[in-house]
Amino acid sequence: MIEDIEVEWILNDLLDFYGYDFSNYSRASLKRRITRLMTMDRFPSFAEFRYRVRMDPDYLKRFVEEITVTVTEMFRDPHFYKSLRTEVVPTLGAKPFIRVWHAGCATGEEVYSMAILLKEAGLLHKSLLYATDLNPGVLEKARHGIFPMAPMKLYSENYIESGGLEDFSAYYTARYDQVKFDESLGEKMIFSTHNLVSDRSFNEFDLILCRNVLIYFDKDLQERVLNLFDESMGQLGYLALGSKETLNFSAIRQKYKQLNREKIWRKIG
Amino acid sequence: MAKNRLTSPCKAVVIGGSAGSIDVLMKLLPALRPDLSFSLLIVLHRRHSGESSLANLLSVKTVMPVREVEDKDPILPGQVYLAPADYHLLIEKNQYFSLDFSEKVNFSRPSLDVTFESAADAWGPEMVGILLSGANADGSDGLRAVKKAGGVIIAQKPETAQSAFMPQQAILSTPIDHVFDVVEIAEYINSINR
Ligand SMILES: C[S@@+](CC[C@H](N)C(=O)[O-])C[C@H]1O[C@@H](n2cnc3c(N)ncnc32)[C@H](O)[C@@H]1O
Repeated sequence: MIEDIEVEWILNDLLDFYGYDFSNYSRASLKRRITRLMTMDRFPSFAEFRYRVRMDPDYLKRFVEEITVTVTEMFRDPHFYKSLRTEVVPTLGAKPFIRVWHAGCATGEEVYSMAILLKEAGLLHKSLLYATDLNPGVLEKARHGIFPMAPMKLYSENYIESGGLEDFSAYYTARYDQVKFDESLGEKMIFSTHNLVSDRSFNEFDLILCRNVLIYFDKDLQERVLNLFDESMGQLGYLALGSKETLNFSAIRQKYKQLNREKIWRKIG
Repeated sequence: MAKNRLTSPCKAVVIGGSAGSIDVLMKLLPALRPDLSFSLLIVLHRRHSGESSLANLLSVKTVMPVREVEDKDPILPGQVYLAPADYHLLIEKNQYFSLDFSEKVNFSRPSLDVTFESAADAWGPEMVGILLSGANADGSDGLRAVKKAGGVIIAQKPETAQSAFMPQQAILSTPIDHVFDVVEIAEYINSINR
């Protein structure tokens, strides 16, 4: 592993040279990711690695994508999606218009999962899914709605476990080792870069999903981001976090009520 | 004597295991003193769907509180922490956990190597790493990192493991401080910080 002080040097460079502020990210994760990237890309020394990050904006793009962890899945935690399907989506149905925000959407698997739920509830036509991420590269992939073929069997099982009754494979067409999801799902999505550290609230939402993003932040940054969500939340809107993340330590907690056992809270205050 | 005991006070014992390890823990936990002055972390490979009952299963075997870790939980002495399914478990220097949903390592998430390496970085000479039964090579690199950072490393005696491959692999690749059966592991843990 690289040294703690080397992590701080890199973080300072990112701020000075590119304006990216990672200073409130989990150190344990950053250190591991940076060490891993240096090994993967075979840098002979930390000095050379640092020089490359400073001087090569193309490499910076790779650096940011690798250290922020863009791994994702469709219908991850099927019981979570089941709660969305049975408890959240039906209450949204009464609204004339439904606004959803996926913060930290990575390559879009979560957004397509949500679009499928809304479609099956007959609500997709009056919904808009705003999907944002720090990394322009993953958003570009998400926009195309093209995903690898290999995990489709798992996703299909997840889908069924989440209460899905349709034939999952009818939502996509397979081409070689990739699948392309139905265009009608993608029509209601708006992809845009948004940095949770430095960008402001941009709309009001009925449902905000931010799953497995807060785990990479320290508690101070988690609190700031939760406040950003609170500012962006409409009356009686829902906030959904990852299965090991919580609102419980936040000052906004008293304005929210948790639904059953899933990490979904409703704004009541 | 070679340095195979901790010379600094112990902050944590990290136990990693795979196939055949739950049985070991069911024997080990009841044999431990209830007033351990350090934290006990358990990382097990398991199938990812709905196995949060594992924490319940283990908690029946000890009076110590057993908690399946949530993100940013503080790490307190006298507590047993279980890595949640499908996340890597990381340790921050100011005594709390972070979870990580990144690529599998050694086909595993949680990976034993990831937690051992992170623990070695956070605790170094103030920790013990223990590798139990398993059919996978995960854990060996991690134990080596613990050793390098000054911690003590222990492998379950392969003859006593349901799956000998994992401890065997560690013994072959790293100078292990102790190769113990379950009773000896319990005795060792009970003697820490005393
Ligand atoms: C592990 S993925 C989670 C994807 C998806 N929500 C899920 O749960 O499967 C984390 C995502 O958070 C994004 N991210 C990290 N820091 C961010 C920030 N400051 N602002 C916006 N997105 C960020 C990363 O780019 C990455 O795509």
